[in-house]
Amino acid sequence: MKRFPKLKAPEGLAGYSILYLVFLYVPVLFLPLFSLNDSIYITFPLSGFTTRWYAQMIETENLLIALGNSVKVAASVSVISTILGTLGARAFTRYRFPGRRPMLGLLVLPLVVPGIILGIALLIMMSWAGIPLSLFTIGAAHVLIATPFATFVMISRLDGFDANLEEASRDLGESGWTTFWRVTFPLAVPGIVASLLLTFTESFDEFILAFFLAGNDATLPLYIWSQLRFPRNLPVVLALGACILLASFIVITFAEWVRRQGVKPEKKKT
Amino acid sequence: MTVHSNFVSIRDVAKHFGPVRAVDGVSLDIAQGEFFALLGPSGCGKTTLLRILGGFEASNRGSVHIDGADMTVEPPNRRPVNMVFQNYAIFPHLNVRENIGYGLRSEKLSKEEAARRVDEVLATVKLEGLGDRGANEVSGGQRQRVALARALVKHPKVLLLDEPLSALDKNLREQMRVELRALQQQVGITFIFVTHDQEEALSMADRIAVMFDGKVRQVDTPERLYETPRSKDVAAFIGSMNFIDATVEGVDGDALIVDAGPVGRIRAGLPADGAPPVGSAVIVGIRPEKLALADSQPGEGANSVRARLTAASYLGERSHYFLQVDGMAEPLSIARQNTQAQLLHEADAGSELWLTWSPAAGIVLPAAG
Repeated sequence: MKRFPKLKAPEGLAGYSILYLVFLYVPVLFLPLFSLNDSIYITFPLSGFTTRWYAQMIETENLLIALGNSVKVAASVSVISTILGTLGARAFTRYRFPGRRPMLGLLVLPLVVPGIILGIALLIMMSWAGIPLSLFTIGAAHVLIATPFATFVMISRLDGFDANLEEASRDLGESGWTTFWRVTFPLAVPGIVASLLLTFTESFDEFILAFFLAGNDATLPLYIWSQLRFPRNLPVVLALGACILLASFIVITFAEWVRRQGVKPEKKKT
Repeated sequence: MTVHSNFVSIRDVAKHFGPVRAVDGVSLDIAQGEFFALLGPSGCGKTTLLRILGGFEASNRGSVHIDGADMTVEPPNRRPVNMVFQNYAIFPHLNVRENIGYGLRSEKLSKEEAARRVDEVLATVKLEGLGDRGANEVSGGQRQRVALARALVKHPKVLLLDEPLSALDKNLREQMRVELRALQQQVGITFIFVTHDQEEALSMADRIAVMFDGKVRQVDTPERLYETPRSKDVAAFIGSMNFIDATVEGVDGDALIVDAGPVGRIRAGLPADGAPPVGSAVIVGIRPEKLALADSQPGEGANSVRARLTAASYLGERSHYFLQVDGMAEPLSIARQNTQAQLLHEADAGSELWLTWSPAAGIVLPAAG
């Protein structure tokens, strides 16, 4: 279908686009490339194909422990911040209360406070409160920064559908609680999934706060950082990076699929 | 079954939003099986009143009783009342059947009984065969039927409808007026509907409450509301009306004699509640279709005044003419069916004619309001 036959792309735009994509993806693609290279030196020419870095990765106990820690923390953070975010978003979208606007503004603040400042502040607070540093303190800090994200994702989802739907449910005999489960929740599912994934990744690759607040247990970013001192271990880190890359790709594809499965929210009344 | 004239009883209900008095002391009695309209311009409080009946807004004052039971503080899910929302509020994640059956879960019916009820109401609203369609796969008119069916399946004592036809296009709207009226007669449920469209209210309702600024100004049958409005506001809102300022001079038989300034001494209908005192200021209202045009002055008995044509607009089945009486601020408007009468055109502007009307066509209204 020729919708805009008169409009021709300026010359050289295709070249620019390709260059842009190369710039964007080539550095990332070095990871899987060198993770399969049979040499501990990250340099061309490639010396040969190997999967031993992957084998070595699976055998590195500390790495697996760190991965486990990260998944544990990220999973808890995503669930907790999504619940908090959903409840908050409901309040912001369904009720008018004093201080609503300032509160929305304050919610953004953790997003703009530099991580390093927040890290120092939290460290001071934890030691003042006498809370020993551990995965728990990392998780608590991550909930702090992930909840605003979750809230905004859920606000945009809940804002998109008509408040009359909930009233209609009440009108048809359902209580507030059953209305939530029969109407609000099903319609919010795509937002909830998006929020879970977003906050999970937010926590999973967070470094600065984890660095300040870690006890004896390291998360994956901390582990990777600690390994950079040992050139010997670099290919294993690359193998790990390649795996994370693949996992992210699968997760994003899944998230997009869920989003498209989601029911199109009814437009608000005009 | 005895018909209760106060099946729905609204007593002195008020609702304030901050300084705004959305509903300001409304009392209404609505009979069982009645098709009742709340009519008024936007912002007059009619939708707020409907939402109070549905339990979506708490009134600041007053009480609501339905079939004898006090509903003033009951939540929406515990009222024998269902609502058809303006935008229908069809659940987008459910299909037509699931939408209609939504409210039956709380009634704890058997599966078979629930399915039977859904089938029954699908037939009532003529949606047989569309039950498996998705909520977004049906047309606007069908969505309205789904919303109706979803409410009717609950067998409510009262059905509330918020601007039920405003989301439909014009042709469908006129068809649905007839259908909605027929449906109401068929199911026999009390309907209370909100509209800003006076034609809609006149054509469907048994009785109409006209609301302005949170207050009910007049409750009457469509015919009485149109023929004998009790205030200038109501008269101007229901259809159109020419208003002539006048002073009462006396009574002659069943006519009131008034001095209408530039129009001269005219005879008007005697108000049902008796003649206003001599010398008091009144307004005489005359519907545009009750004014007739004549080339020569008519005889005794009819009112008449000489006027000059200023504008003519042709509207197909009828025409509107505007005639200026010397000394009056605004021209009078006349509506005439384009049947056999000779048409007047823009080109005829300036020509002098006689306006005539019967005394009964003049409605005497209080001067204030």
